[in-house]
Amino acid sequence: MRYHSQRIAYAYFLVAMVLFAVQVTIGLIMGWIYVSPNFLSELLPFNIARMLHTNSLVVWLLLGFFGATYYILPEEAEREIHSPLLAWIQLGIFVLGTAGVVVTYLFDLFHGHWLLGKEGREFLEQPKWVKLGIAVAAVIFMYNVSMTALKGRRTAVTNVLLMGLWGLVLLWLFAFYNPANLVLDKQYWWWVIHLWVEGVWELIMAAILAFLMLKLTGVDREVVEKWLYVIVATALFSGILGTGHHYYWIGLPAYWQWIGSIFSSFEIVPFFAMMSFAFVMVWKGRRDHPNKAALVWSLGCTVLAFFGAGVWGFLHTLHGVNYYTHGTQITAAHGHLAFYGAYVCLVLALVTYCMPLMKNRDPYNQVLNMASFWLMSSGMVFMTVTLTFAGTVQTHLQRVEGGFFMDVQDGLALFYWMRFGSGVAVVLGALLFIYAVLFPRREVVKAGPVQAHKDGHLEAAE
Amino acid sequence: MRLQDLPGEPIMWVLIASELLVFAAGITAMAGVRLTDPAGFAAAQAQLHGWMAALNTAILVTSGFFAARAERACRRGDRRGARVGLALAALGGAGFLAVKAVEYAGDLRAGLGMESHPFFTFYYLLTGFHAAHVLFGIGVLALVAIRLRTEEVQAGAAFWHMVDLVWVLLLPPVYLLG
Repeated sequence: MRYHSQRIAYAYFLVAMVLFAVQVTIGLIMGWIYVSPNFLSELLPFNIARMLHTNSLVVWLLLGFFGATYYILPEEAEREIHSPLLAWIQLGIFVLGTAGVVVTYLFDLFHGHWLLGKEGREFLEQPKWVKLGIAVAAVIFMYNVSMTALKGRRTAVTNVLLMGLWGLVLLWLFAFYNPANLVLDKQYWWWVIHLWVEGVWELIMAAILAFLMLKLTGVDREVVEKWLYVIVATALFSGILGTGHHYYWIGLPAYWQWIGSIFSSFEIVPFFAMMSFAFVMVWKGRRDHPNKAALVWSLGCTVLAFFGAGVWGFLHTLHGVNYYTHGTQITAAHGHLAFYGAYVCLVLALVTYCMPLMKNRDPYNQVLNMASFWLMSSGMVFMTVTLTFAGTVQTHLQRVEGGFFMDVQDGLALFYWMRFGSGVAVVLGALLFIYAVLFPRREVVKAGPVQAHKDGHLEAAE
Repeated sequence: MRLQDLPGEPIMWVLIASELLVFAAGITAMAGVRLTDPAGFAAAQAQLHGWMAALNTAILVTSGFFAARAERACRRGDRRGARVGLALAALGGAGFLAVKAVEYAGDLRAGLGMESHPFFTFYYLLTGFHAAHVLFGIGVLALVAIRLRTEEVQAGAAFWHMVDLVWVLLLPPVYLLG
């Protein structure tokens, strides 16, 4: 850590890790509700648990992105963050808003109130005051990081990262537009949900990966930047009109079926490019970085994102297929592995990389950290495969044979039991990860011949 | 062969490859759907004005010729020749769009909308996307005409030839085959 203000990231990551633990724990509770549907039905109904599960995921990933930016930007711009105070205020707003959301969802104190009550739009259930708080915090954040970037060195990593973050913030504004017509409501609703995860978040992902590759492999910046621009171009090219794959059966004109099918089929390209990028950089890299766990997470991120977002997304993106699979467990399978691979692994990779540096220590607990990667990832992959089978059976029984929803759900019980088991692995893996990065223990991997170059000269690790 | 060995801007080649793939996917999808209703597609196709498409092909290919002349002039250092070539190419694009607008207006007057028949869904989507690229291409030609850097003019001309190529690829399945 070269700049004092990079330490702001530490607080963001801490809050993110707490929410991460909450998110997966609620996920496990929901996994249990699937096999035992009356569990907590009065205290924590399934729809409320689902809101907490999805909302806390998005918020902790956002905090991860903000923390990542506060860590990466000073190093790229070669100067301190414009105003650390604003960064703390921003975090405060987020913590307050998150607490408000949890209380509002659990107790529904201001039912129907325009400002204080929950809004009822899937994933955008937050009360208006929280939405406004997020907008204010986002503006503070963008001001702070843009000022930092403008005054400092401009790099492709900074440019792409800021482009992604500006897109994230501007698209959030569509959360405030809630037309009475349900079709229009959903049309714009996807501009937040889809254009985030399949648009601007991919830019953030590419920028963070590029930073990690620069640090971990020591490949020339020039090479990394070329890849970065290609990834960005293919992500935007496919992702923006790819929004059409959400417009199939919700009342929008039928031509969206072709626009959505064709463009979203190409959404696999940037994920393939990111995977190739990461592996080529590691092969080309001359640097023997001591933080192997960060490398495992980075590579795992690109592979699982390729399969979760790319392959599993393509599985049901063609409208002829989606006609049958829409809203079945196939969607759940894709959603879990895509978010896990693309964004969870990404933030955990950066956390793994930054934590030792921010604490000014050697990368400790590497073996534990890597064990958590394998435990969590195999749990998630198993869950994805289980849900894919469940979704295939469900599609056939319900959509082809015309069975009743709840009858079919009964028939899927075995899959839901297996999914619960994989959920246990994910939660244990998550707790293990948090333990490994936050709590120092005996196991320290010696920093070996750090960054020994072929010509024999040694370079300090960072 | 590496990406950076291609003339012009590497990122332009990524865009060109992506565009060609998308149009290829669209044409393939149309051919697939045509198999489900050959008679309906033929009847729908018969209502188009093929001569306007023929006229537009001549206009666009000619404009591609001027774009190629502009690129050569720019490499020779003939700035005036380059600008004239780019302007003529862009003028061809504008002419193409004018003819296309007349054609669309005629189609719509005849009651042939996007939802009239699956053929017309593809017709409007494919030629509409192409027309949007012509419009965008005119902008690109104008932009590269300002600074007249060889690399940029090459990239602009490459994009313009791609627009040209896509039209020639669209012509048979949309207007001729059936």
